[in-house]
Amino acid sequence: MPIEAVNDFVIRFANVNGSGSASANLLFARSILRMGVPIAPRNIFPSNIQGLPTWYEVRVSEEGWLGARGGADILVAMNAQTFAQDVAALEPGGYLFYDSTRPLPPSAIRDDIVALGMPLTEICASQYSEPRLRQLYRNIVYVGALAALLDIDLGVMETLAAERFKGQDKLIEANQRALRIGYDEAASRFACPLGVRVRRSEAVGDRILVEGNFAAALGAVYGGATVCAWYPITPSTSLAEAFERQCARYRIDATGKKNYAILQAEDEIAAIGMAVGAGWNGARAFTATSGPGISLMQEFFGLAYFAEIPVVVFDVQRGGPSTGMPTRTQQSDLLSCAFASHGDTKHVLLIPDGPAEAFDFAAEAFDLAERLQTVVFVMLDLDIGMNSHLSAPFKWDDARTYDRGKVLSFEELEKAPNFGRYDDVDGDGIPYRTLPGGHPTRGAYFTRGTSRDRFARYTEEGLPYIDNMERLEHKFETARGLLPRPLLKRAAKPTRIGVLHYGSTEAPMDEAQQMLERQGTYVDALRIRAFPLAQEVAEFIDGHDRIFVVEQNRDAQMRTLISTDLGVATDRWTPILHYNGMPTSARYIYREIAARLRKPAARQPLEAAE
Amino acid sequence: MTFVAKPKFHHPSIAVNALGFTHRDYEGAMSTLCAGCGHDSITAAILHACFELALPPHRIAKLSGIGCSSKTPTYMLGQSHGFNSVHGRMPSVLTGANLANRDLIYLGISGDGDTASIGFGQFAHVMRRGVNMVYIVENNGVYGLTKGQFSATADRGSKSKKGVGARDEPIDLVAVAIQLGATFVARSFSGDKAQLVPLIKAAFQHRGAAFIDVISPCVTFNNHEGSTKSYDYVREHNIAMSALDFITGQEPIEIDYAEGAAHSVTMHDGATILLRKLDASHDFSDRAAALTMLERCRGTGEIATGLLYLDREAEELHDAMNTTLRPLNELTEAELCPGSKALEAINASLR
Repeated sequence: MPIEAVNDFVIRFANVNGSGSASANLLFARSILRMGVPIAPRNIFPSNIQGLPTWYEVRVSEEGWLGARGGADILVAMNAQTFAQDVAALEPGGYLFYDSTRPLPPSAIRDDIVALGMPLTEICASQYSEPRLRQLYRNIVYVGALAALLDIDLGVMETLAAERFKGQDKLIEANQRALRIGYDEAASRFACPLGVRVRRSEAVGDRILVEGNFAAALGAVYGGATVCAWYPITPSTSLAEAFERQCARYRIDATGKKNYAILQAEDEIAAIGMAVGAGWNGARAFTATSGPGISLMQEFFGLAYFAEIPVVVFDVQRGGPSTGMPTRTQQSDLLSCAFASHGDTKHVLLIPDGPAEAFDFAAEAFDLAERLQTVVFVMLDLDIGMNSHLSAPFKWDDARTYDRGKVLSFEELEKAPNFGRYDDVDGDGIPYRTLPGGHPTRGAYFTRGTSRDRFARYTEEGLPYIDNMERLEHKFETARGLLPRPLLKRAAKPTRIGVLHYGSTEAPMDEAQQMLERQGTYVDALRIRAFPLAQEVAEFIDGHDRIFVVEQNRDAQMRTLISTDLGVATDRWTPILHYNGMPTSARYIYREIAARLRKPAARQPLEAAE
Repeated sequence: MTFVAKPKFHHPSIAVNALGFTHRDYEGAMSTLCAGCGHDSITAAILHACFELALPPHRIAKLSGIGCSSKTPTYMLGQSHGFNSVHGRMPSVLTGANLANRDLIYLGISGDGDTASIGFGQFAHVMRRGVNMVYIVENNGVYGLTKGQFSATADRGSKSKKGVGARDEPIDLVAVAIQLGATFVARSFSGDKAQLVPLIKAAFQHRGAAFIDVISPCVTFNNHEGSTKSYDYVREHNIAMSALDFITGQEPIEIDYAEGAAHSVTMHDGATILLRKLDASHDFSDRAAALTMLERCRGTGEIATGLLYLDREAEELHDAMNTTLRPLNELTEAELCPGSKALEAINASLR
């Protein structure tokens, strides 16, 4: 039976990268959004510029489930290379839309799916004489065909094309024509619409469709960052580039000069060195990077921790080193950031779940870094950073001021004859600092890692070292109280089963919680949003007998963090781990938790992540 | 090293500069380097230059990497903020500091290991960016703090204290600096205060990346026979290409150099360098000529000192970046935050 579903399906586009499919696919996704139906688009792309397989997936969900679901109901198969594997992954009763210019052997098409062949290449060849245009508009033609098949308002697509190419009338007209060609061809060949279709709704509300990297960059602009030093690395590059674009828009002064400085450094070590130098000198500074950059920056993280220099680091997490997994998502840098560097170090992590929090946490990170005089990591991942998400709109309170932390001004130095850079005057572990050039005779000090006393005088003695380390420990406890609290989603009925999760697992976890509830399994879910962990995390653990940690890494890194930070035994907990590079899905979490609950809580081999 | 801290009081007739400071106001903590270390002479020369230029100490930021040379910022300019950062990474830290506040005077102190080995990449890039700074390498060809291993500036065939010969081609930092776009490049010798002090003063007046390679014998690990960075060797092989005197508007300094064609150079701020070419063939404004001359010296084993290259029309990093004239670290919400109305417009564009 062909699938029947209104506003609740997954469509997957299989393309070749570099073929111009990305903008066509985005046009398709946005048209559904404009019809008021929530969507979750995702790119699955190779670490390559041209010629390798790439997929684009749009989940359409009137109910608002925006995590990856798993499976696909409609396949737009535009890549011969992956045709067989793509068709095999289609749900029974699903729809296959393909280019039928060259007929396929019947064996290539499954019996339990609906095949919709349209001779796209032939149509484009007859409409366009230039080979480049045939290729380009082939994508737009299939988007037009999908409008007919899925009952999407063609007028909405035409409007979007007009907005996209505003001021370029020829391009608008050409795109609109290609859309109509596709629409008419599909309408004349198939019984439109299909059982799977889109219907106008009001379910989107005031939400926006935006990438997390853009959101974080915008948060850095709003948070007053003035110095950005970075080195290109997937998937964080678009964060630095978005920062540059937004600064060019909002940070040019009346004389045409820039109220910001962005440097593309020679490597990640130089990038963090620049950010640390700028932070030391009183500017709000950051770098954006990914796992390999985090590895290279380790020495500076330690220096910034010990020398107590504010700096913000955006880590857009991805899979392993070298090429291959850089375009895949993971949550696998938790430990390497939390305990970055040599010596006894530990760092503040902020862990947003999507664009809205990425914006908020980015801005807040600069306040926290200056308040705490330390490194603050904002832990994004590729799924959050590089995919568009339907998100709550960004908000900013114009009454908000920046917390520049404990920096002594000229006037304050006049009144403070006994300035000690590492002296804990307030008892919160946070000392006062001064900036170079601030006062002719007071406040100058020499910055170094350790081996100094409270007045920043050189010493190699053990007691001042311990004194300093204990104060840093105390400062970390102060940090614990300043960070975003975890968010609890209680089950509909009281339960002793608890799930701990974080970051981009939020959307699929939310859905999995509901799926479990429908089959009578009640779990409370607590989303951790920062490290060091809040008291609420300890209380949640105390209040539940059976604990799951849902993560997107192999080693259950958050479990290790919890164990270390809170001193709780976690060996009987059940990790649900997904780390094949794709975002975890509601179906996966649901299935794994349900399966584990059927068996006794004991150590058991994990099933392979899907 | 001296174990007795100098008393704070001083003779009433001690010289004061335009700011009313004596040279004592430019001193730092007591040096802990070996007695006779060339680095201490360089520290003294830096203090002297700052005093004579009447630089306000608190407006200087002194940054260094790791090593004997990088310890020296502690021993100078006690009223300046200092940063003993990461091995080989001073250039990036200095660059970041400079981005945050373009109004301060930046002094980077490094060694040959810190610059030519672990920090060679950062050295290269800070020069090509034209960061406005004075970058001094205290070059002894040896790792002192880890007891005498060769650095990348050790001359091929020179012998370490343990008798091991240097095998690899040495890096000539001044030649590299010129190639990479440094716009003030000089070399001197820690034992030649008369040459070094004016060079440092001129470097401070230069707007852009100023680099001085100072040969500085390591009395403990690299001052023996067979070393090419010993006091004796450098004195024998030093050929001064130019001598210079530095004249600010307020304080003309008498020239006491030997005969030679004097050449005056006006710096960005109106101060003047009087340059005396000792080798008539060297044109310090010609980049190619400077490199040719260095290549020639490499063949003859001579060490060319003095001002080797100067581009007076240099742009510095902030010019190229078109950053605001105000220090970035002074900007507030009013200049930095676009506000809620702009955010509403951004939201609308994402629907």
